[in-house]
Formats: sequence, structure tokens, C-alpha cells
Amino acid sequence: MARAAVPGGLSPRLAWRVGRLVEIRDETPTARTLVLEVAGWPGHLAGQHVDVRLTAQDGYQASRSYSLAAPQDGERVEMTVQRVPDGEVSPYLVQTYRIGDPVEVRGPVGGWFVWRPTDTAPVLLVAGGSGIVPLMAMVRARRAACSRVPFRLICSARAPDDLFYADELRRRVRDDAGLDVAYVWTRQAPPQWPGPPRRISVADVNTHGWPSDLAPVCYVCGPTGFVEAVADILVALGHDPRRIRTERFGPTGG
Amino acid sequence: MGIVTPGFQGRRRTTQPALPPGQYLVEDFPVLSAGPTPRVDLDHWEFVIATETGAEHRWTWPQLMALPSEDPTVDIHCVTRWSKLGTTWRGVSLDTLLADVETTADYALVRSYGGYTTNLPLADLRDGQAWIAYRFDGADLAPEHGGPARMIVPHLYFWKSAKWVRGMRLLREDEPGFWETAGYHDYGDPWREQRYQGD
Amino acid sequence: MTEQYVDGNALAGPLRELFAVDMTAADGRCVSCGLDAPVAALLVYDHGPGLVARCPNCSGVVLRLVRSPQAAWLDLRGVECLRIPMPPEGRVIV
Repeated sequence: MARAAVPGGLSPRLAWRVGRLVEIRDETPTARTLVLEVAGWPGHLAGQHVDVRLTAQDGYQASRSYSLAAPQDGERVEMTVQRVPDGEVSPYLVQTYRIGDPVEVRGPVGGWFVWRPTDTAPVLLVAGGSGIVPLMAMVRARRAACSRVPFRLICSARAPDDLFYADELRRRVRDDAGLDVAYVWTRQAPPQWPGPPRRISVADVNTHGWPSDLAPVCYVCGPTGFVEAVADILVALGHDPRRIRTERFGPTGG
Repeated sequence: MGIVTPGFQGRRRTTQPALPPGQYLVEDFPVLSAGPTPRVDLDHWEFVIATETGAEHRWTWPQLMALPSEDPTVDIHCVTRWSKLGTTWRGVSLDTLLADVETTADYALVRSYGGYTTNLPLADLRDGQAWIAYRFDGADLAPEHGGPARMIVPHLYFWKSAKWVRGMRLLREDEPGFWETAGYHDYGDPWREQRYQGD
Repeated sequence: MTEQYVDGNALAGPLRELFAVDMTAADGRCVSCGLDAPVAALLVYDHGPGLVARCPNCSGVVLRLVRSPQAAWLDLRGVECLRIPMPPEGRVIV
């Protein structure tokens, strides 16, 4: 995987590398997936994130962290960016950033909120909004590795139009044995949906998650309030707090 | 300097005389926090000045409210580079609170509910330069902005204006506070860009 | 309003600038309350002059990190000891 071996088995000092935009996929009206090619990329695990740094003509710099959306694929890295109103970086990345243009990328970073294809415990993924990004990387890594580990994903989104990767999730459920996906709609449910839109509840996690005695690993990603609520539910349902891994987005400056 | 990303401009940078070097102007009021927002019950709120000899001067909330107040309009400059001009406050001048405090100390270590501290020269709290503020923009000071009461020392970077203030110790020797022990400047003059130790 | 914190995962980049290995998977014990938890599970207040990581149980300050153009200040006052997962000797990690 890694090329730059260092005596003692340590990876080299984290450096900024140049990434160029090679592909764009619109996910929702306000979010798009950016595929970068990063020369010398050392590889990564599903769930890890990168720091992206932008430099303006006058030297002004801004950097933000983004979760990687796809498993390792040579020197290609993918991230899905949600436009934050009045944000400084995300409006540029979603609206202005063009094919071929460079940014600087540092990573991958994070060794806790990761899933490895060698892991064997059942997995529960709970996504709030754009929190689905690193969890999708895990779903895709499972498929890429032909893993048989049972996965359950609960996606909470405001409305069907706001759901990232909707078509691919349908295909994954059809084609990937052992993967189940359930949805919670908080503002607007699709036609024929049983019941009104509402926030995720104990019943959702109880019905669509795993019993705690199966000792699943639970990955929860989303805005701080969402993660807080789901983590509390999981603890109340008897899950060992050490098997609940969380990634809060917080109210970022975008 | 990094690789330039074409078309990226970032936050608008302005150079205007009202702004110290390296600052940009905001219209909103960003919330900066090093920890959870303390919820302080006014029945138990107090402000205590402890002098270098151990003498203590205390004010309860009703006592603070009974003191003459002032309505300063000031510019504030945060070390994270935002500045906000013409903010309006109501509070009690530190001159009023220090009037009967006998001290020969040169420094103050301001303390907050929640454990935050910050250090300043005592002289910078006198002569109409600092207030204990309890109203902002015509309303009671919100908890996320330091309510019920915060320090306002507008001529220094805003981390010196401790939120949720509960008192201060007067000291003969300077004693660095929360951010000052982690690399930030002991004085913090925005016009001289005293951000970090050594600036 | 929502408190302005994120997970210790957010420390991964800033600490990886200083250390040769990922520190967020390291386990530490809180000096104030004795909780054993990975760095990734700390609550990180990242809207401020620096990063402040607090214990999720007692909210005591575990770690502070300030990065200036010339230096990094790292304060680990709130952690007794860190157990840092390491790759087996001679192996290469990514």
C-alpha cells in the first residue's frame, strides 16, 4: 500500500500534496462529489478524512476537513461537499471549482472512526444528513473487499432530494448480500411513506439496528445534536459505549 | 505560500483604518468557546476582587445592578481575526469596582465560571478602559456571549474580555491565564498584532 | 443553542502534523475523573484561539493545542498516560 517506507515502520511526516479535480458528480441540488487525483497518495481506510487547503491569488489560505467518500483507489480520492450557506470554502468547491484545477490535500488522517475489511463484527451505520459520507466509504469498501460482514445502515435525511447516493444505495441493497438500509425523513417523506416526517427515535434504532448482545460496532456520523441523540439511544439500548464510534460535524464555518 | 487554486478568493479582506492589521470585518457576532457554556444562577452569582494581601471585595447580582452603569460603544477585535465595529454594551466600569480596593498590585488574573482565566496589567482595567458588561445591543447578555456578565476590555484582543466573569485576583507578579499558558501573548495589543508569545 | 464541539477525530490532522503516528486511536486516562477513552472520543471545542479537548465524562480539560505560524503549543495536562497503537516493527502503515 504505502510506498515511502521509513525505518521503524512509521509513515513519513504528513505533507501537503497537490490534488487535481478529475471528475464531478452532482449528488443533490446543493452537494457534489469531487474526485481528485493526488500524486503520491499513500492510500487510506474507509472512515478517514483529509484536510483540504485553498490558496487565493494574494496568498490568503483557508483549510477544511472532509471525510473520504470512497475506499482506496490508487491515487484517486473522493469527497462529497455540502454547500454551507455563507460558507467560505464549500460554496467555492460546490459551485466554482473546475476540472483540472489544483488544491492542496493532507492526509489521510484519523485511525479510530475507520472500518477495515478484516474486521468481523456486525456493523451498524447511522447517518445524519451529510454524515453519510464516511459511512458510504465503508459500504463501498465492504463491497470492494467482497466482505460478508453484516451491515445495517440507517440514513436520516431531511427529504428524498437531500439524500446523497440515493441510486447507488438502491443498487447496493439489491446486489450486496448482507447489507440493509433503512431511512428516516425529518422534514418531507416520499409519497406512500408510512407516517409523517420525524426525527430518529429509539424505535428506528431498535428495529433497524442490531441487538446489543451481537456486539456490533456502531458508527454514527452527522451534526453534533444528531450524533448526541443517536449515541444516547444506543447506550440506552445496551450497546457498550466503547463500541460506539462517533464523528460529529459540529456547526462548521463551511 | 501554497499552490494557488484559481477562482478561490476566500473571505473578503479589507484594509480600512478602523481595523488593526490582519483583521477582517464581520456583521454577525461569532461565538468562540473553549468549553461548555456555564449556566449561572443570578441568586448565586457574585463578583469577587481578591487583593495581593488576601482582602476580598464582593458584589452580589443586586449589588452590581445598584451600581452606576455606563453604555460604552466600542470596537472589538478577536485574535481569530474578526473585528466587529460599534458594539453597544451596558455595564459597570472597573473604575467603580476598584474605587475602594486598596492595592499596590500591577497585574490582574481574571477568573470565570467554568474555569477560564486571563491575565492583564491592572492599569489596563482602569481609567475608563474596562467594564463588567451585562447587556449587549439593548438586551440581556446571552449565555453564549458570556452572560450573565462578562468583562469588556476592548483595546486588547477579545480573549482578554473574559466571558462568565466571576472575579479577579490582584497580583504583584504577572501570572498567565488559559490561552496565555498555551502560547498567546501576555498583553495582546491588536494594533501591534501581539497574538502569540514573542510577537 | 448547540454546544460548539466536535469529536476528537478532529484532532487527527493537527496532531498528525506533530506525531509520526495517528494519535486519535490512542487510549488515555483522564486526570480529573479516571475515565479511560480514546482521544477520538474527547469533545473538542474548535471555535476559538486554539483547540481544547475535554473529557466526555467530567468535561475537564485533557489537551490544548495552539498552532502559530512559528510554533505549536501542546498541553497534555489532563491525561495520565497514552497507550498508542503502533504498527508491528518493520511493517509499513499507510
